[in-house]
Amino acid sequence: MEIQPNDFRRMSVEEFDTTKLLAHASKQSKERGYERFPIVDVDSHHYENESMPEILEYLDDPVLKQLATATARPNAKNARILNTMVGYQDMGGRIPRYGLRSFEKTPAGQTQRDAALTKRWMDAVGVDVAVLFPTPMLALGVHPQVEVEIALSRAYNRWLCEKVLAHEKRLVSMLYLPFNDPDATYQFVKEFGEKKGVVGFLITSTRYRPVHANQYMKTYALLEEMGLPIAFHGSYHWHDQAQGMLNRFISVHALGFVWYNMIHLANWVINGIPERFPKLKVIWLESGLAWIPFMMQRFDNEYMMRTSEAPALKKLPSDYMRDMYWASQPMEITDMGLLQETMRVINAETQLVYSSDYPHWDFDLPSTIYDLPFLSETAKRNILGGNADRLFNLKLGTKKLANVA
Amino acid sequence: MPEVFVSRIDDFAEGDRRIVFHGGLEIGVFHWQGTYYAYENQCLHQGGPCCEGVIMHKVEDVLAPDKTWLGQRFSADEAHFVCPWHGYEYDIRTGECVGNRKLRLKSFEVLRRGDDLYVVAS
Repeated sequence: MEIQPNDFRRMSVEEFDTTKLLAHASKQSKERGYERFPIVDVDSHHYENESMPEILEYLDDPVLKQLATATARPNAKNARILNTMVGYQDMGGRIPRYGLRSFEKTPAGQTQRDAALTKRWMDAVGVDVAVLFPTPMLALGVHPQVEVEIALSRAYNRWLCEKVLAHEKRLVSMLYLPFNDPDATYQFVKEFGEKKGVVGFLITSTRYRPVHANQYMKTYALLEEMGLPIAFHGSYHWHDQAQGMLNRFISVHALGFVWYNMIHLANWVINGIPERFPKLKVIWLESGLAWIPFMMQRFDNEYMMRTSEAPALKKLPSDYMRDMYWASQPMEITDMGLLQETMRVINAETQLVYSSDYPHWDFDLPSTIYDLPFLSETAKRNILGGNADRLFNLKLGTKKLANVA
Repeated sequence: MPEVFVSRIDDFAEGDRRIVFHGGLEIGVFHWQGTYYAYENQCLHQGGPCCEGVIMHKVEDVLAPDKTWLGQRFSADEAHFVCPWHGYEYDIRTGECVGNRKLRLKSFEVLRRGDDLYVVAS
């Protein structure tokens, strides 16, 4: 097979191997001494669509299960019950791992393929524990059928818990919440909150439900009581009427991944959710960092003039934001001075958590944090692992689980 | 200065490339339109193996004389190699990062000795 004139360390397409692709990352791990401290990746992905036949087996509704299974034929990897997004993440073949992934071999045996592939890149990069999320299901929040969102996400959660998390001490997850149905959202927390490897819950941000709606308060209360964080994960949606005005994927991606989190963050803070649930930990994923000082300045400035419209607040909007956690990727390293100031205003040493987003096209290696000239060694280790260790109560301490040989 | 063997000339086809190693250094050598080019195989972004990515011609916008947009095309002249990690593109003739031409990969001299090609790894 020939797809492009590439030369992956003399690999043929059939021999594609993540360890070889990431050989330079492994070299970075050794050069920077990652064996000295743990690294936690709070936002990484697998392609759950490639395990869809297994996942569909976990559907309870016999009619929906028959429908989903039947529409998946003849290629079950493209289950048509799952809505998909228009988009070009692989840049027209410029990022070859998208096309080559299916050729990568994993050892036959006990380890589930997604887990085997994930641990392979974790070792190459030096990551000890990864918080694993799906990929196409990031768009499930705009599926036209709420009942499908509930059923499919529950099947996925059950599959992930039983097939992956139960067996892998280095893999954890914040499980999908079917946020378009507040009651199902609450039930999911009760059903899955104490499962092995579940360290919190996830709201895929691309959806049209306001986070301050009264129907969600019981879920926030339950999460707070259980000590489990809630996370918002950005993504794009080219069918959104505003994003539809953008004609290139670069524009949709750059703005879309921040857009929904901006909406949710605004509602979260201005409606005083942090005052109602002061111990509920909140994490914002895959929106980068540059938007945070914008939101802080924008809302502090308006709040000082329109205080009466946010009567629940007892301090500035930015002060609530400083209590939140921020995942680093995709970290905008284009102006070192701006990045340094951004890290200062968010108290990065305690509130920033490293995320790779691997294997997606804009992943960040740990070196994006470790090589920053303005961070102390303590700050680097906190951001790369210590903060997440405490946030998720992983009890890693100084343990190193990755094979950084 | 160390000269590192790249290939016999007859074995190095037009459009092909080699990755050669010297100590901890990796060098990508390209045979492109009758000329040999050699660059450090380390992306200026996050250190990816940039010389091992796909080679694609530059994408260009096509504008009419009245500045309206007509479409896109691939350049007939300019080709890029693309870092497989994140997509940083480099001009195969200069090693410049095409997103910001102030950034340029370290380049190396390619020597022909008889029927063989060498790169000067310094």
